[in-house]
Amino acid sequence: MRRCFIRINYKYGKYSLNMNLVLFSTVHLHMIQFEKFEIANGLKVLVHQDKSTPMAVVNVLYDVGARDEDSSKTGFAHLFEHLMFGGSINVPVYDEPLQLAGGDNNAFTTNDLTNYYCQLPAENLETAFWLESDRMLSLAFSKKSLEVQRKVVCEEFKEHYINKPYGDVWHKMRELTYTVHPYRWMTIGAELSHIENATLEDVKSFFNKHYNPSNAILVVAGNVTVEEVKRLTDKWFAPINAGHKYIRNLPLEPKQIAARSSIIKANVPLDAIYKCWHIYPRVDMRYYTADLITEILSGGGSSRLFQALVKEKQLFSNIECYHLGSTDAGLLTIEGKLVKGVKMEDAESAIKAELIKLQQEGISQRELEKVKNKTESMIAFEDMSITNRAASLAMYELMGDVNLINKELDRYRAVTAEEIQNESKIIFDEKNCNTLYYYSNN
Amino acid sequence: MNRKLAPNIKDAIEFNLQLKPHKKFTLDNGITVYAIDAGAQEVVQVELVFYAGNWFEQEKNTASTTNYLLKNGTSNKTAFELNEIFEYYGAYCNRSCSNETATVSLSSLTKQLPEILPLVREMITDSVFSEEELDIYKQNAKQRLQVNLQKSDFIATRLIDAHLYGEAHPYGKYTNPEDIDALSSSHLKDFFKQYYLNGQCVAFVSGKLPINIEQQLNSAFGDLPLKPFNNQLSNIIQTPAIKKKYRIQNDINGVQGSIRIARPFPNRHHPDFMKVMVLNTLFGGFFGSRLMSNIREEKGYTYGIHSYVQNHIHESAWLISTEAGKDVCEATIEEVYKEMKELRENLVDAEELLLVRNYLIGNILGDLDGPFHIMGRWKNLILNNLTDDYFHRSIETIKTISTDELQALSKKYLNPEQFYELVVI
Repeated sequence: MRRCFIRINYKYGKYSLNMNLVLFSTVHLHMIQFEKFEIANGLKVLVHQDKSTPMAVVNVLYDVGARDEDSSKTGFAHLFEHLMFGGSINVPVYDEPLQLAGGDNNAFTTNDLTNYYCQLPAENLETAFWLESDRMLSLAFSKKSLEVQRKVVCEEFKEHYINKPYGDVWHKMRELTYTVHPYRWMTIGAELSHIENATLEDVKSFFNKHYNPSNAILVVAGNVTVEEVKRLTDKWFAPINAGHKYIRNLPLEPKQIAARSSIIKANVPLDAIYKCWHIYPRVDMRYYTADLITEILSGGGSSRLFQALVKEKQLFSNIECYHLGSTDAGLLTIEGKLVKGVKMEDAESAIKAELIKLQQEGISQRELEKVKNKTESMIAFEDMSITNRAASLAMYELMGDVNLINKELDRYRAVTAEEIQNESKIIFDEKNCNTLYYYSNN
Repeated sequence: MNRKLAPNIKDAIEFNLQLKPHKKFTLDNGITVYAIDAGAQEVVQVELVFYAGNWFEQEKNTASTTNYLLKNGTSNKTAFELNEIFEYYGAYCNRSCSNETATVSLSSLTKQLPEILPLVREMITDSVFSEEELDIYKQNAKQRLQVNLQKSDFIATRLIDAHLYGEAHPYGKYTNPEDIDALSSSHLKDFFKQYYLNGQCVAFVSGKLPINIEQQLNSAFGDLPLKPFNNQLSNIIQTPAIKKKYRIQNDINGVQGSIRIARPFPNRHHPDFMKVMVLNTLFGGFFGSRLMSNIREEKGYTYGIHSYVQNHIHESAWLISTEAGKDVCEATIEEVYKEMKELRENLVDAEELLLVRNYLIGNILGDLDGPFHIMGRWKNLILNNLTDDYFHRSIETIKTISTDELQALSKKYLNPEQFYELVVI
């Protein structure tokens, strides 16, 4: 299930993220009401009113992520996100005026997009408009900020990918699974040197290319009115030049025609296995089927891989199946750590046996109903937070149709047992598979 | 329009912050239930809190293992069957174990509650702790521990607690592989009988509550031999370390050091506690804090540095925690002490204090988002044995604490010689 979005290999924040924040919620039990308008410079605006909170959330999404980077300057979209807090053309610091207004903020970058959000008492909504519009207008391009944030991001890189056992897995896996598509590298960057070598010129050209109204979506949620949001948008965002609409033209990953594998040996305590299969873009209808397959295989104590391989056969000390919900065609992943003494071949055959069982026998109506029910309640819990609702609206607008936010549950409900079985045959085709064997040196 | 000019703001300290009152009722067996009925989503959360934390165990890990295995089989249902039913109804049943208390919490759609409350009853009355389930648990727990032992932050976090409280104290003890080996099914069964089946319990329920919530809870739990919380815990002696400074090499290839700097600190009942919450925010408690501004935003030594007071019912500690580049660990520690000195020697600027006040109030306002968060606040007050006015007194403290008070507190508490200091690479 896509809750795994929070996975560290996917999302990089301004600072340590509040892990309760679940983004990218998929379906909604209750209609989420919103109003949408667009202003002359191309900025799209969504307003979601919720009178039950005293707060307002201002969420600005820029349609740029690590997939838009040059392969010799990776990690830049995320580094740039840090620089967005280093002062803008008229406002020397971003955080202080917001904190003074009782607000708080954070941001994150993925391979697909960059999202900034702040929450503050609704009475002080204009402060957020002032701050967000000024950094859309222009940054201060401070040399000092670049120097410091280069170091901060390098420490972030070390903390999550170098100083942790198995920290290099996704670096290796992306290179194995993608041959041409820029999902080849992680959001944090392919190597430290790319971040260390970033120049102020790089920063300026990146800003000019991606940070303008025509590449942005503004969502205002909470105790606000549409009239007020319109007035403030006209005042603060309308004067900003449209800039050039960035047209994305990424290489399509060719269909994989033969299984791939790679071996890592490292100073880790346990052997581990990682398997990835290519799945579908976010807007593809088969996406919902693939999503439910991950839930069938490992969504809890009664899921198939956990029951068969951790509890019954005791080959793994833990095993998970998930996908990252990426915009372009993504990956379905199974990863597990082997029980000490278990042979890699045996562990892998056992995974395969479970997949073959799904391919040959399919699933019962009750099991299908179970994963749909779980999806339904997961969404109800996610939707409780106004910050989540605001981010979701921005994501769906980015996908091309914000109305999807209220249609997704039906799409999950419509998935049939037959589709699950058919897709499991297509996805878990050996030729579509990438395997990383991670061996312990100890 | 002048973009250099900030729009007018309403100071957050002018906001009238209210914690929505809870309802309270008692089950037939005397168990107290606290309830918050609010929210738009048709969801509910039921939490049963037992005095069954590691405070009460004789052998290490008995409390946490008992708590974990509550979902791993009863005399009628296997672990798989229990999980399958919860999941079929889209419900989540989580267990957690801390020092004094252990919790079983159920989150579900309101409409499904009648189907799954009986399952929770079964777990807390009829769990069997089979040898087979325990063996699987032991094997996997040991493997998890092995991976964690390679992480500098994991080692640092457990060692600093051991230094502060002593390894024999519930707050300071930590798990070694042989402790997991030593777990036995009979110990778990005994612990379960004493601290769950016949244990002390209090319940919290929040969300969009069904109209018959009282009746539902009463028929699920009202006839069990549970006892109400009496808030009387035996005292366990702390044995803090004598030596204050530690440098540990855990991983020869490590590129960062996990730094922990900590001093003992009283619990929430101490008159300084609320005031120190404000001082701590300013010092290292949010993104705009002194530590973050200097050590991350000015020097770039780390991705993040935080200070906080541990969430303990009894004794507590004030900690500074960060992962910093291996070569700048000592420089980082020096800067932490410099920031303490600055707070001891100079009054905080009035504008900075206003910012911290506004930030804190705005943050609490935003955090009272929905029934679960509101109940979270109440639960914290109740489990810490605090009175109903505590929330409002702490808001008042945020609004009124003076710069002189902050300096006096800094002089009292922020002295380097009072702190333990630990770096694990």
